[in-house]
Amino acid sequence: MPQLDPTVWPTQLFWLAVTFIALYLIVWRVALPRIADVLEARQRKLDDDLKKATALKEEAEQILADYEKLRADAQASAHEVLKTANDALKAEAEQQTAALAAKLAAQTEEAEARIAAAKASALSSLEGTVSEVVMAATEKLIGVKAGAQEVDRAVSDVMGSQAKGGGG
Amino acid sequence: MAEGGGAHSPLEQFEIKSLLTTLEPGETMGLVTFTNSSLMMVATLVLITAFLILGMRRGALVPGRMQSLAELSYEFIAGLISDTVGSEGRRYFPIVFTLFMFILFGNLLGMIPYSFTFTSHIIVTFALALIVFIGVTILAFVKHGMHFFSFFVPPGAPVAMWPLLIPIEVISYLSRPISLSVRLFANMLAGHTLLKVIAGFIGLLGVFGVLPFALVVALTGLEILIAFLQAYVFAILTCLYINDALHLH
Repeated sequence: MPQLDPTVWPTQLFWLAVTFIALYLIVWRVALPRIADVLEARQRKLDDDLKKATALKEEAEQILADYEKLRADAQASAHEVLKTANDALKAEAEQQTAALAAKLAAQTEEAEARIAAAKASALSSLEGTVSEVVMAATEKLIGVKAGAQEVDRAVSDVMGSQAKGGGG
Repeated sequence: MAEGGGAHSPLEQFEIKSLLTTLEPGETMGLVTFTNSSLMMVATLVLITAFLILGMRRGALVPGRMQSLAELSYEFIAGLISDTVGSEGRRYFPIVFTLFMFILFGNLLGMIPYSFTFTSHIIVTFALALIVFIGVTILAFVKHGMHFFSFFVPPGAPVAMWPLLIPIEVISYLSRPISLSVRLFANMLAGHTLLKVIAGFIGLLGVFGVLPFALVVALTGLEILIAFLQAYVFAILTCLYINDALHLH
């Protein structure tokens, strides 16, 4: 077996020492620090980005909260304004309705008074007319000239009882 | 050791040959003679350096293929150390990483046909194991002083058993470099010899040579796995020894 030949050991040990020590120095001084730097830089970048993302998220949430608050405030104030306007309108409407009702009532009253006056004057003038008609009719039918006072009393009795009886 | 048999002995592949100078008959190899073994060691050094330095050349935030591989090897060994030794093991990261990469690339380069596997030589693996053994022993002495010898007394063992247990523990400790080196050496030796023996049948069997050929293909895959596995075993045992040195029990 060539492995057990001691004459080839020194050269193998020499070259092993040379290459292994060289590799150790390269790995220790150059290669590993470089890989470590890259990994560290990546980790730092990731951490930074994550931190930045978290900050941005918080900021966005803050903005959203502010916006929600603003919106709620605006909604509340709009509601308030609407309510005030509504109340004012309602009060005005009620006031106007009341005024209109009062005016109408006054007009109704006035009209009723006028109607009553008209009715009274119509009735009194009708009484005169009826008396004349009755006097003329009586003279024509029975040839008797009835006394104006009597006819008036009779007509006003009949008219009064009819008016009392409900205009039958 | 002289090869008596034919020109294609399965062990021929392990022979150390001088590459730049030819040896006179009877002349032994000098200390600095550049051999096929030296060539593969230098190739390993160059390839690992290229793998790590060129792979990390750009140092990109989002790594490419080569950079991913370099980072993967870094994180693999870093994870191995933090699992077995813990945070104190960070200081020994360079040596464990160097050992792992050196053995891994040596094993894998040996899988290339007509190349040479320097990890199939016991003197190389023994030297690597001695680096670990001596380094770990020095570390334990620096860390614990004379208290280090308590390592050879199993905790909780009755005093009456000490005369039996202490020699066992000492032998077990001293055999660490042997088991560490022989494990790697024997795996490489056996794998490559087996491949060579089976490959020898391909020509002999004619048409039926396709069977050993298929076997060689399958075994080559297995050998690549073993190449990785043995580098991993060497690295993890180094970590465990470092852990022992730091914490004794």
